[in-house]
Amino acid sequence: MAYRAQPIRPIHFVFGGSAFVLLLFLTLGTTLAVWARADVSSNLTVADWAAIKFSITQAFVSAIISIAVAIPTARALARRKFMGRSFILTLLGAPFILPSIVAVLGLIAVWGRAGYINSFLEAISQDRIDIYGFGGVVLAHIFFNIPLATRLILQGWMSIPAEHFRVAAQLGMSTSDISTRLERPMLRAVIPGAFLLIFLLCISSFAVALALGGGPMATTIELAIYNALRFEFDLSKASQLALIQFGICAFIGTIAMFISQPMKFSQGLDRAPERWDSKALRYRIFDFSVLFLVCGFLFLPLLTIFLRGIGPAFSLPFQVWGAAVNSVLVAVFSALIAVGMALAMSMLIIRIAQKKRRISRIMEVIGFLTLATSPFVIGTGLFVITFPFISPFSIALPVTALVNAAMALPFCLRVVLPAMIRAEDHYGRLADSLGMQTWARFRLAIWPRLRRPTGFAAGLAAALSMGDLGVITLFAPPELETLPLVMYRLMSNYQLSSAAGVALLLILLSITLFWIFDQGGRVEHNIR
Amino acid sequence: MSITFDNVKISQGSFTLEANFTIDPGHKVALLGPSGGGKSTLLSAIAGFKSIDHGRILFGGADITEMAPAARPVALLFQDHNLFPHLTAEQNIALGIRPNLRLNAQEWETVAQAISRVGLDGLGAKTPAELSGGQQQRIALARCLLREKPLLCLDEPFAALGPALKHEMLDLVGEIVDATNASMLMVTHQPEDAIYIADQTVLVADGVAMAPMNTQNLMADPPAVLAQYLGR
Repeated sequence: MAYRAQPIRPIHFVFGGSAFVLLLFLTLGTTLAVWARADVSSNLTVADWAAIKFSITQAFVSAIISIAVAIPTARALARRKFMGRSFILTLLGAPFILPSIVAVLGLIAVWGRAGYINSFLEAISQDRIDIYGFGGVVLAHIFFNIPLATRLILQGWMSIPAEHFRVAAQLGMSTSDISTRLERPMLRAVIPGAFLLIFLLCISSFAVALALGGGPMATTIELAIYNALRFEFDLSKASQLALIQFGICAFIGTIAMFISQPMKFSQGLDRAPERWDSKALRYRIFDFSVLFLVCGFLFLPLLTIFLRGIGPAFSLPFQVWGAAVNSVLVAVFSALIAVGMALAMSMLIIRIAQKKRRISRIMEVIGFLTLATSPFVIGTGLFVITFPFISPFSIALPVTALVNAAMALPFCLRVVLPAMIRAEDHYGRLADSLGMQTWARFRLAIWPRLRRPTGFAAGLAAALSMGDLGVITLFAPPELETLPLVMYRLMSNYQLSSAAGVALLLILLSITLFWIFDQGGRVEHNIR
Repeated sequence: MSITFDNVKISQGSFTLEANFTIDPGHKVALLGPSGGGKSTLLSAIAGFKSIDHGRILFGGADITEMAPAARPVALLFQDHNLFPHLTAEQNIALGIRPNLRLNAQEWETVAQAISRVGLDGLGAKTPAELSGGQQQRIALARCLLREKPLLCLDEPFAALGPALKHEMLDLVGEIVDATNASMLMVTHQPEDAIYIADQTVLVADGVAMAPMNTQNLMADPPAVLAQYLGR
């Protein structure tokens, strides 16, 4: 049984409590503020209901396809050892922090009107395919989520003890026996959680829908909120849509919370256990074909951006550098805010868990609220509240940093909270038996165990913020830009090669920021 | 000083443990019994990590039932996680003097002596990862030595060590207990450990911790529950 006997001190309530208050204010408070400011109560139109239906349908289809592709991919990675396997695993982690607008640009290069696929179809005189609309949105979503699904399912495979495969080999079990006895039960346990997570990530999609969707037939709820705020300034409609989205996501998120195992980002997926069953040639051919196709699908768009962007990257217009500075500043601040909140909240959750398990569980769920909240409504709420006092334009960047921090919080919490629980389990008793007090206890006993995960979480938050094309699109005055916004504006003007140059800079900066934070957590230092 | 379990009941889910006896001062006592029998639970209750549902725990006549872990007259050694991996060996020991690591020169000198006492001269600047399992437990013992608590509690501390090394460590424990005039309580599931170091043994099985008995007599004429555990 986990040991957590240390008392709750005022300091935990002050820090943890204010983080929770801030979070509730950002999620529910801002929604209410927007609601309260609505002048007329407009009803949802047919188009709004179409957006709700589209959101659900595309998320459902995207999740199904992502999982369907991920199962054979994960199986191939689980039972084959080959050169480049760990390289593929690393790259599978990349789309999580890849700016969505960059991915869209890459997908257009491959699947777009003048892309490779259509050139090929034309050469064999087939009909062209159209990347805009339902198909394009789903394509972009499976691009992002096949890697995520593969990693989640691969974790399931890796959780089957290597000894079980040895026993299976001893008993002469065939590949299909192993599939029925060992692999299917694992998949049944892993897939529902993975499905719901992907469904959740897809349903509130914005940047992809903005770039590839739009129109009455391909608008997500998030995009409809954006339209309502930006073109109609209809606060009532925006808040209604936000509440509907919140309801759907909260419902699915709550189910997912209770049925899924914790997502481990950097679990050791490196060692594949020896398999004796599937050495036959046909299995090998199948596995490597799957890997070849999936890797092609994932890496061709990225490679294309790299090749097309490398030239323009050296002659970027001057405005880009200002945007880069803005992006980096916003990213750094939002990472610090997100991690600070995650640490404060984890501390309080752990201490409340020893007395009131149920309350701590609810607090954990609250920590994930922002997954269900619309960043536009948060942003609009903040502006509605501050409008009487400050010019909205002057605080566009701080608001963006705050909103991005709130959006990154669930991921930071998922990394920091389990690490803190582990640190308390392993070293909490020892610290208490030695009589280490609040500050010394945190500084000497717990924090050193949290440095690495905290650095990793900060890196994630920074990279997510760098690539975010969200609130800023709504509120930025024309002269104020971030890198994703510059990219989007260039793409809207069909300046695809300049956009590719900016994309390269954006990726480079994202990775650098991630790396700096992540390494910062790894630096060894002596405590004196 | 004596340790008294006054009608103690501890429950954990459907499992309950009862203890009602006194251990006289100056003994080295083994808590022996099958795993899942409640040995570690009893030790946790003494150390203050497990609250008891009923009864009192007295130490030298004083009620320690509600005391915080660090305030209790107990130094504790676990099977693992005794050392913080991010601190050096000497820092880990120093925590036993000042839990915020702000020691003066004289106190650091005391730490150095403790390292020397457990035979690890020159290894103070190493981190736990650079030490062997036996060396790590020696460092943890050095800290127990410095804390000079009247009761040393050990929870299967050497289960991961080979027989020769284990005897060495048990000898060291014996010396430390004698040097600090302390008593010792050690959880073990190995009868030979009890015979080697403990003059008294508390049998813990089936949810009951029995009154301490002379280890030699106990082994010579085991009650049914012990005989079954020993396979005799």
